[in-house]
Amino acid sequence: MTTPNNLSRRLFLQRAAVGTLLATGGSTLLAACASGGDEGDTGGGGADKTAENPFGVKKEDPLDVVIFKGGYGDDYAKFHESLYKKKFAESAIKHTGTTEITPTLQPRFNGGNPPDVIDNSGAKMLPVSTLASSGQLADLTALLDAASIDDPAVKVRDSVEPITLEAAQQGGKPAVLNYVLTVYGLWYNKKLFTEKGWEPAKTWAEFLTLCETIKKAGIAPLAHQGKHPYYIGQILLDMAVKHGGKDVIKAIDGLEPNAWMHPSIKLAAEALLELKKKDYILKGTEGLDHIQSQTAWNQGKAAFIPSGSWLENEQKPVAPKDFATTVAFTPLLDGAKLPVDCTEISAGEGFIVPEKAKNKAGGLEYLRLMLSKEGAGKFTELTGSPTVVKGAAEGLTLSPGAASSSALLKSGADNNWSTYFGDWYSPMRDPLYSIVAELVAARITSDEFQKRAQKLADDTAKDPKTVKRTRS
Amino acid sequence: MRHGSYRFVASFLAIPLALYAIFVISPFAQAFYYSLTDWTGVSPKFKFVGFENFSTLAKDAVFRAALGHNVILLIGVPLLVIFLSLVFAYLLNVGGRSNSAGVQGVRGNGFYKLAFFLPQVLSIPVIAVIWSVVMTSTDNGLANTVTKKLGLGTSEYLASPKIALYCVMWVMVWGSVGFYLVLFNAAMSGIPKDIFEAAIIDGATRLSTFFRITLPLLWDTIQTAWVYLAIMALDAYALVAVMTAGPGGPDNSTQVMGLQIANNGFQFGRAGYASAMGVVLFFLTLLIAAVMLRATRRDRIEY
Repeated sequence: MTTPNNLSRRLFLQRAAVGTLLATGGSTLLAACASGGDEGDTGGGGADKTAENPFGVKKEDPLDVVIFKGGYGDDYAKFHESLYKKKFAESAIKHTGTTEITPTLQPRFNGGNPPDVIDNSGAKMLPVSTLASSGQLADLTALLDAASIDDPAVKVRDSVEPITLEAAQQGGKPAVLNYVLTVYGLWYNKKLFTEKGWEPAKTWAEFLTLCETIKKAGIAPLAHQGKHPYYIGQILLDMAVKHGGKDVIKAIDGLEPNAWMHPSIKLAAEALLELKKKDYILKGTEGLDHIQSQTAWNQGKAAFIPSGSWLENEQKPVAPKDFATTVAFTPLLDGAKLPVDCTEISAGEGFIVPEKAKNKAGGLEYLRLMLSKEGAGKFTELTGSPTVVKGAAEGLTLSPGAASSSALLKSGADNNWSTYFGDWYSPMRDPLYSIVAELVAARITSDEFQKRAQKLADDTAKDPKTVKRTRS
Repeated sequence: MRHGSYRFVASFLAIPLALYAIFVISPFAQAFYYSLTDWTGVSPKFKFVGFENFSTLAKDAVFRAALGHNVILLIGVPLLVIFLSLVFAYLLNVGGRSNSAGVQGVRGNGFYKLAFFLPQVLSIPVIAVIWSVVMTSTDNGLANTVTKKLGLGTSEYLASPKIALYCVMWVMVWGSVGFYLVLFNAAMSGIPKDIFEAAIIDGATRLSTFFRITLPLLWDTIQTAWVYLAIMALDAYALVAVMTAGPGGPDNSTQVMGLQIANNGFQFGRAGYASAMGVVLFFLTLLIAAVMLRATRRDRIEY
């Protein structure tokens, strides 16, 4: 009996030794630093550049696409991939739909093998300004100067809304293609308002009267997503910009001294305080997240709620069938410089092509296909949200939310504006809105709000790690 | 033959040791290294900046606030958890009637043990979601509906900067009491029942048996519990991230170090700075564990 035992033990020892060798040998590979990785050769392309194929994509090169699968889903991306596949039938396309953008992609950027196209969005998006300043994003100038798919005589640059070009800028060159046009405002249920004979107000005085009427009807006039004070902060800035003009927001984005001390900011802050003090804000909304507060709004517990044009799509599962999600502009404070029918807009869902992508040319071509009327029209059809592509939504039947935001987009025209400080100086964003939350809960005065916001902006400007930017 | 057996043992340990080195030691070492750089977290390029991150950290008001909150948790959580679980474990073990059959626990102590232990089988995010729904700040939140019916009025709970941190603390305590109850319970059942009986026959009250018998004999277990709870209180990241406004709010009232590390490392593109915070947290944890073990050391009692 001893011999077989010894044999098996020897065998075991040998196997254990092999296992150890593998484990320790592997460790030298695995123990490589988290930031390590060789840079590898990159770029792709190399085929002849033609009018049909302006970036010289090699037809057999695979394409790796990572899409933020959030409120818009990722079905639209699968359609865009089918457009690419139609053009380059031999290319194998790898599609990843995820909300975990940074956790998935951080190691790939550090390892020098990022995907070819990324929809960089959501709560876990990659820090764009950091990627841009370390030269990891492809310059999109070639894309913008290429001919558009629909009309070879028109450059891509001219086939999109001008806000796209402004929002694309990172460190002096276009690097991010923001695809979706978002309209911000106060949202209400048109059906309820029609039944009750209410109209969204144009002036502050009218708005207060309306709030009083709504309150008497047993509904809270305003709810907001208290756990994410960014939403109500948008309303604060919206009213301030309409009152003081676009210079107000330009000064804030530029971290200029005393930008937050502007009298228009004070007026807007006082207005929000008045709503809280007159008890026009849903009780306890400060502690609700976006799902809870928006659901309360869908249930008719509140009349208005601030949000962007994704709201209708986001609330589809809980909104009653006949709920007519409609956007209204914010009311004008006395002496406002801008007209009432304009609002804040933004270009969102930032698509990027990594500089070190294996098939960078393919990535750019994917973006060009996405910016065709066919690609953009399909996006609007699937998600109900407008894109930055001019005229892509023409002829589509729109839902009440999409139709009202398109109308507001049109009536505002050149008066519409965007803001960038939250994206440019990400460490400042949450702390700033946290101060807004204190203001709308009436725990601080408008003066304290302005002082604290200004101090935060000044500290951000002084921080050597901040890349300070100014806008046109 | 000795040599042979040494090799045999080593071959068993090699794999776990290699795994430990790769997944524990190496990330720690890397964090120390990165804390001295300006690494963004998303670029293979970075430069060495010496102790700059640490000097910035010393002036960071939000991090200091976060540290303060961790200290409040560090004091409150172990005290409350150990107190509550000791009391409950004592009641379960020797809280019942004593008669000729000896000292007994309260009736149905198996059920109580199960009920108290239940939170332990739930994951922390589940606990956080349950409690943030219970503590909803509107009038129709669960807790608010009950307190209103009882005529106690309503509270904003997590939406109030004054009490948000204590709401988080309460949830931590609620989630931990069950485990330590079971731990203390096991340790208590290890104490021979005749010691209690002898004391009771000699006329000792319940209180004095607790302080003079149970507590001294449980000291080792309590000490271990204290260190574990302290480490948990220094973290608190998951609860804060799921439950609070912001997260970390309102008005930074629930900021903790773990949250600051995550924000800086993954959102602000300041992984080097976040590593510096991690290093500070590492030494704090080490220091506190060492101090606790030293300060509470007593002679072991054999029985």
